[in-house]
Amino acid sequence: MVDTLLEVNDLGIQFGGLAALERVAFGMEPGEIVGLIGPNGAGKTTVFNLITGIYPPTSGWISLDGKRLAGMGTRRIFQQGVARTFQNIRLFKKMSALDNARVAAHNQMTYNPLTGALRLPGYWREEADVTKRAMAMLEIFGLSEYARETASSLPYGRQRRLEIARALMSGPKLLLLDEPAAGMNPTETQSLMSTIRDVRDRFGVAILLIEHDMRLVMGICERLVVLDYGQVIARGAPGEIRRDERVVKAYLGGSAV
Amino acid sequence: MDAAARKLWIMNAAALAAVSAALLLAVGTGMVSPYIQDVLISSLINIIMAVSLNLVCGLLGYLALGHAAFMGVGAYAAALVSIHWKVPLSFPLALLMGGVAAAVAGAAIGVPALRLKGDYLAIITLGFGEIVRIIMNNMPILGGARSLRGIPRVTTIPAAYAVVVVCVALMFTLGRSRHGRAILSIREDEVAAASCGIPATYYKILAFTLAAFFAGIAGGLYAHNMGVLNPNRFNFDRSIEYLVMVVLGGMGSITGAVIAAVVLTALPEILRPLSDYRMLIYSLALILMMLFRPDGLLGTAEFSLAGIAGRFRRGRGDGG
Amino acid sequence: MNTLLTQIINGLHVGSVYALIALGYTMVYGIVKLINFAHGDVIMVGAYAALTLLTSAALPFWAAALLAILFCAALGVTVERVAYKPLRSAPRISSLITTIGVSFFLQNSVQMLFSPTPRPFPIRINVPTLVVGNLKVSGLTFVTILVAVALMAALEMFVRRARMGKAMRAVSEDLQAAQLMGVNINTTISMTFAIGAALAAVGAILYSTAYPSVSPTMGAMPGLKAFIAAVLGGIGIMPGAMLGGFIMGVAESLTKGYISTQLSDAVVFGILIVVLLVKPSGILGRHVSEKV
Repeated sequence: MVDTLLEVNDLGIQFGGLAALERVAFGMEPGEIVGLIGPNGAGKTTVFNLITGIYPPTSGWISLDGKRLAGMGTRRIFQQGVARTFQNIRLFKKMSALDNARVAAHNQMTYNPLTGALRLPGYWREEADVTKRAMAMLEIFGLSEYARETASSLPYGRQRRLEIARALMSGPKLLLLDEPAAGMNPTETQSLMSTIRDVRDRFGVAILLIEHDMRLVMGICERLVVLDYGQVIARGAPGEIRRDERVVKAYLGGSAV
Repeated sequence: MDAAARKLWIMNAAALAAVSAALLLAVGTGMVSPYIQDVLISSLINIIMAVSLNLVCGLLGYLALGHAAFMGVGAYAAALVSIHWKVPLSFPLALLMGGVAAAVAGAAIGVPALRLKGDYLAIITLGFGEIVRIIMNNMPILGGARSLRGIPRVTTIPAAYAVVVVCVALMFTLGRSRHGRAILSIREDEVAAASCGIPATYYKILAFTLAAFFAGIAGGLYAHNMGVLNPNRFNFDRSIEYLVMVVLGGMGSITGAVIAAVVLTALPEILRPLSDYRMLIYSLALILMMLFRPDGLLGTAEFSLAGIAGRFRRGRGDGG
Repeated sequence: MNTLLTQIINGLHVGSVYALIALGYTMVYGIVKLINFAHGDVIMVGAYAALTLLTSAALPFWAAALLAILFCAALGVTVERVAYKPLRSAPRISSLITTIGVSFFLQNSVQMLFSPTPRPFPIRINVPTLVVGNLKVSGLTFVTILVAVALMAALEMFVRRARMGKAMRAVSEDLQAAQLMGVNINTTISMTFAIGAALAAVGAILYSTAYPSVSPTMGAMPGLKAFIAAVLGGIGIMPGAMLGGFIMGVAESLTKGYISTQLSDAVVFGILIVVLLVKPSGILGRHVSEKV
């Protein structure tokens, strides 16, 4: 058996006395694509916010590569190899696409402010390297010709892609995608699906994604975790989930998939 | 650096060299009256103030209302160095010490203040600025309200000009390094910045401290230009004047801040009869700018020779 | 012992003025989440309005006071409509800068109209001094505290009982929801500015009777201190403004009496800084976390 990459155990959080998540548990192998699905308000984004340390959990723990993430801030969790995108796209709007990507490589550079201000060799060397990698990353997402455009001027679908490109710049072990296909048309979604698969194959990164577009979920996820009212109600391969009665009742609400 | 960037760089460097040569020639040959020289020096000092405030207001996106206080700290520190240390090269040393003293004050204020955001940060910087002024007024070694006198008046135009070029260039290059990008990313979205591994607190304090450092250097120039210092020159009104410069120039634009600093220093002098209305006009300008062109005259864009053509082609479409 | 008591009573005097002004900050912040930097200058405008009406128009005190209050209320609404309303959905920094612009605009316009030289404020109310044992309390102090407390109580009643008051509370809880429930947002916000400015005018008149010197920059300090009072008590919370006002007044009075007059302003700002660092939400405030 492969070593588990992500382990979420007995996870719970309360907001103002109300349990938003209760005893949530699931695991992920390296390089696996897992879908986190469930009706609106089931607590999917909250799971992301707990994994990335935006909120501390009220109970339970999360570990990455056997290392507990509890108590680490957002930034340290990022340094352990967790990158994410946001449901409501959080790009650096007035910065160029290239700069958005380069910000995420911040920690891979080591030159100090003085070296940067005086343009010493360390600046040129590291910037050239990161710029090359950032351009390559934009290329993968079909964004290289928009590298100098400000992020906010890009159409919606490209903004979503840029956000994924930015997340990948740090070379994460685990990538969290929060509704990557939201607002995309079917063609864009199709190409996003192949990009996600391509990203996994190329970078060997495990991907946990929240998505409402069932074609995407069923098409690329190898396993699914279904959340309802803050609890895991089902886990398994897409085929099994499709036939799971509780899921159909709670989530699909009878509509055929 | 690609070819286009290199071409742009050369053009801008050439323009800067031309301006410098013209200015130094005009001053050197005595073509400029002492009065205009005074205005020039004030403009140069104000350029540093506006560009350094832009680090906090433009790059970091925080409203700071006590920038004049850092200038004051730098002015007094530099003045004391000049008065009490008679050593060779004491002027550059005094300026540097002024910058360092202001940076220390900036860090001391920034570390606690930057835990707050938005409105609260604005208020707390105002409060700190006023406290600094009151303390300066009550320190015997600074002469207090009776002013500090006997500062050597060694700020010449070439000296001030050189300092401005160095300071602005440093702030410019810093803004275009990984550190500048980190500061910008915090302005754009602090949560996203944190999830890109940006240590937000460190960069907020860095921006704040650097802004104070350069304000301190400007203060040193000011002290050695005036020869006399009074704490009340570094009050809230002055902080607001610098804020106006940054806002008019477009928050985030260095060239905008430079142009606004020169124009707002020279304009009241040119329109002497209107000088009583200066603050009235400033205040109206602030309100109107926010209502009709909140990104400032230049927005976050930089003014450059190569850029002009491009701007004309694109028109005003990229203002937002 | 007696001096201490006198200092405290003096502190309550000026503190009740701060409290009145602080209410304006707090109400506006509660409803539009905006720190109105120009609020302090409304005090100054109020003082000049009263001064002009008393001297040039030779009106009786009550009439001058009433007109000055109405004038300030109108000014509050005008400023809100012209300068702040268009920016309601703009970034915070824009509206904050606008309020600073308005503040400087008011100061400088008055300076143009009346010259920067301070003018004496003619006090027209004669109240006998109260004597309790060997403690003398000036009648003015007594009246000021009384007026302030009465107004605050009335305002509290208004916000709890009156239709408009309830609308204000609804808007401050949730602007969109209030709008959906049929509350007229624009009227409610204007009304808030009007009440805040009117209270500031009352504060201005009370302040001018205590410190009878009127100048274009007179509003800055009491404005700032009242703002600090509002933050101290918990901005957006009305009883907090009163509590903060009294604390500020007493703290200032004690510093003046026992430490140093010059440092009293520094102490006041020191209080602000300590409060913001220790409990930014203020004494009566609750912590609100940001949603991601």
